[in-house]
Amino acid sequence: MTGKAEIVLRLDAITKRFGKLVANDAISLSLHRGEVVALLGENGAGKTTLMNILFGGYTADSGSVQVFGQTLPPGNSRAALDAGVGMVHQHFTLADNLTVLENIALGVQPLKDMRLRKQETCNKIKRLSDEFNLIVDPSARVGSLTVGERQRVEILKALYRDVKILILDEPTAVLTPQEADDLFATLRLGIQNGLSIIFISHKLHEVMAISDRVAVLRHGKLVAETRTADTDKNALSALMMGAAAKAPDITATTPGKALLSLKDISTPDIANNPGLKSVSLELKAGQIVGLAGVSGNGQAALADVVGGMRMPSQGALVLNGKTLTQWSPRAAVQNGIARIPEDRHKTGTIADFDLIENAILEGYSTALFSKGGWISWIKAKAFATDIIQKYDVRCPSPDTRIRLLSGGNMQKLILGRVLEADPQIVLANQPVRGLDIGAVNYVHSQLLAARDRGAAVLLISEDLDEIMGLSDVIHVIAGGRLSPGFARGTMTPAELGIWMAGQGFDAQVAHAS
Amino acid sequence: MRLEPIANPSLARSIAPPAIAIIATVVIASLLAMVAGANPFSVLGLILKGAFGSQFALLETLNRATPLIFTGLAIAVAFKAKFWNIGAEAQLYAGALMTVVLGTGALPWSSFALIPALAIGAVLAGAIVLLVPAMLKTRFGVDEVVTTLLFNFIFLLFISMLLEGPLKDPMGMGWPKSARLISEARLPRIFEGLRLHWGFALAILCACAVWVIQTRSTLGYEMRAVGLNRDAAAFAGIPVNTVLVKTALLSGGLAALAGFSEVAGLKGSLTLDLSPGFGYTGIIVAMLALLNPLGVIVSALFVAGIFVGADSMSRAAGVPTYLADMMLATALLLMVLAIMLTRFRVVRD
Repeated sequence: MTGKAEIVLRLDAITKRFGKLVANDAISLSLHRGEVVALLGENGAGKTTLMNILFGGYTADSGSVQVFGQTLPPGNSRAALDAGVGMVHQHFTLADNLTVLENIALGVQPLKDMRLRKQETCNKIKRLSDEFNLIVDPSARVGSLTVGERQRVEILKALYRDVKILILDEPTAVLTPQEADDLFATLRLGIQNGLSIIFISHKLHEVMAISDRVAVLRHGKLVAETRTADTDKNALSALMMGAAAKAPDITATTPGKALLSLKDISTPDIANNPGLKSVSLELKAGQIVGLAGVSGNGQAALADVVGGMRMPSQGALVLNGKTLTQWSPRAAVQNGIARIPEDRHKTGTIADFDLIENAILEGYSTALFSKGGWISWIKAKAFATDIIQKYDVRCPSPDTRIRLLSGGNMQKLILGRVLEADPQIVLANQPVRGLDIGAVNYVHSQLLAARDRGAAVLLISEDLDEIMGLSDVIHVIAGGRLSPGFARGTMTPAELGIWMAGQGFDAQVAHAS
Repeated sequence: MRLEPIANPSLARSIAPPAIAIIATVVIASLLAMVAGANPFSVLGLILKGAFGSQFALLETLNRATPLIFTGLAIAVAFKAKFWNIGAEAQLYAGALMTVVLGTGALPWSSFALIPALAIGAVLAGAIVLLVPAMLKTRFGVDEVVTTLLFNFIFLLFISMLLEGPLKDPMGMGWPKSARLISEARLPRIFEGLRLHWGFALAILCACAVWVIQTRSTLGYEMRAVGLNRDAAAFAGIPVNTVLVKTALLSGGLAALAGFSEVAGLKGSLTLDLSPGFGYTGIIVAMLALLNPLGVIVSALFVAGIFVGADSMSRAAGVPTYLADMMLATALLLMVLAIMLTRFRVVRD
């Protein structure tokens, strides 16, 4: 412990129970002036609950929160803000149709007052921009900004309120590596200016790079609190999971023939989501193709085309040597495409269906589960029970509604549903988003097993570590355009980052001309 | 204050709010009876007696429940798939119209052939009436609430036109009323000498059939999936639009059977007052039954009992029959609130 600087924030023996689950078990944590404390933990470890208690969203069963020595009244959502604590959420809370200036001033000062003192507000924003290296145009509309710029606005919004303590929840989830580096530079400037920071993350290398101290949460308990300099990634990872983390063993394989080819495929833009711009891609047997890119750059359109949700407006889709003329989700399933959707809650499962009903969602009309329009619930139950055992889905019983399961167990059911059919192509769209490390490793091992069985795997992810760890070939998607394929180990994160920012394409064009 | 969903409601949590809703309905109805100047206890007693207190009363209630079971099922089937059919009234009249068109001598068959033919004809008529809004919804995204609701008025005016013109009974002394069904077209009584026709048995049979379809068939599975999460259903490969059209056909057909059963079982001819809003009351019946087909039987009996009981209570106690409407409205509102409270808890900020 540093011990010298003043303690600005102290969480004292916070306990919060939800029924039988102890979300926070007597957690004590303190933050000193000018310090970055990383809060590390799997999903469901209790990080969000703890921050909700700090901001009055929940009332703790016992324990107290002190900011600058003052105990905050429990359950009051303004108390922490008024005491000088600001939070930048993972999902931004900005109004797209207002300018940066208006967004920052909103809620701090009355609108009428804001017009009168626009210049003053503008000057303060500029001063903060310079001070913290947060470059953004105050008169730009938020709707026209990039994700990285929006995050800067969120941080400015907090700084504008003169916060002394800044909490960032998974701030790099939506950023390119370059943008993440800029963010870290800003945070270091903040520290110099007297800010104290809590950095919530599950990415170990970021925690190592930015924090002074690390607090590790596991199953609601604070299992370790240590100076970052005294630890390393492996130790932290072990603390987080409760056992030494093992990276998947990857043996190189020689890819087979192309199972699905996309040839010069284009799709129209839909609202803010860019369509594909003459994308060509081959998915080969026994190969994992990783699709890297910042969220909202055409991944959804590509996943829709491969998954049967959308017929491309231009270009050809060739499956096993045959050009497709009819394409639908059911056709995709019948042709052996296993689809793991991006949003397992909204499109992957039906929350109020039980596990049995969810298990047969794609196959209910096949001879496996029905005959003459009547479903055999006996066969369906046997199938669900089989998946539950094979894929280790933790649930009270097969007829539990799936909304009661954790994200990891939900994902395991989806994996079982699609992989039991022994697919030739696997489309995994953000397959581990929001899962804890145990579940992440499980999903990854299943994808690798599918590859080793000879399936072609398309892995779409915003997590560069995941892409680089698993893929045999990496493509980057930016603005609906697809980069050339890069073989494993030929690119650094920074090099991929250039493509992710959309700059590689321009270089390619310049080079060609 | 805000609402927080309850992940796994306890048994007490599932039962208490609806039970309290029923008690609260009775209390509010008593207060209304007092406002009307009657003794609340005697009013409630009279309603109960008027609905279930004698063989005559009971049969009257069962007869009144019959069309409500059909329209309640029609709504329950549609709402389960989140297809908002508000037009059961029009579909009911379509069924009645077809029954009258075919059953007044056009098909000179015996009862064994004619009655099933009339039922099938009615089902087809109701299905076609709802097919139009279903196609408009799936093809062009037209809101079915608007189309089905407005179609009720159009169709009733259409019936009125027919009853003043081509369908008018020449022997009807100028009343806007159709010719009477031939005797082979009339639904016989279930028990000799008791005023209860086979339409009631058909309604019970339909409720069981709908229950089996919903729980056992692929179509029922598709309808429930589409109703619970249209995006996930589409992603999994369920043909959402086709399912919606099939749901509409089933729903329209069930509502039309109410018209068939009323004409062939009870009235014998088509008039403009055939249905005192059975199509709309079907919504209440279905909601009170939580869209469960078997529950529809119970809630239709409850609703019919209140109507029949209120009629006789009104005569005895001098309280307007509107009390029945107000009781049903209160029951529905409180039940909807109660259902919400079984799934959400109110949290004070």
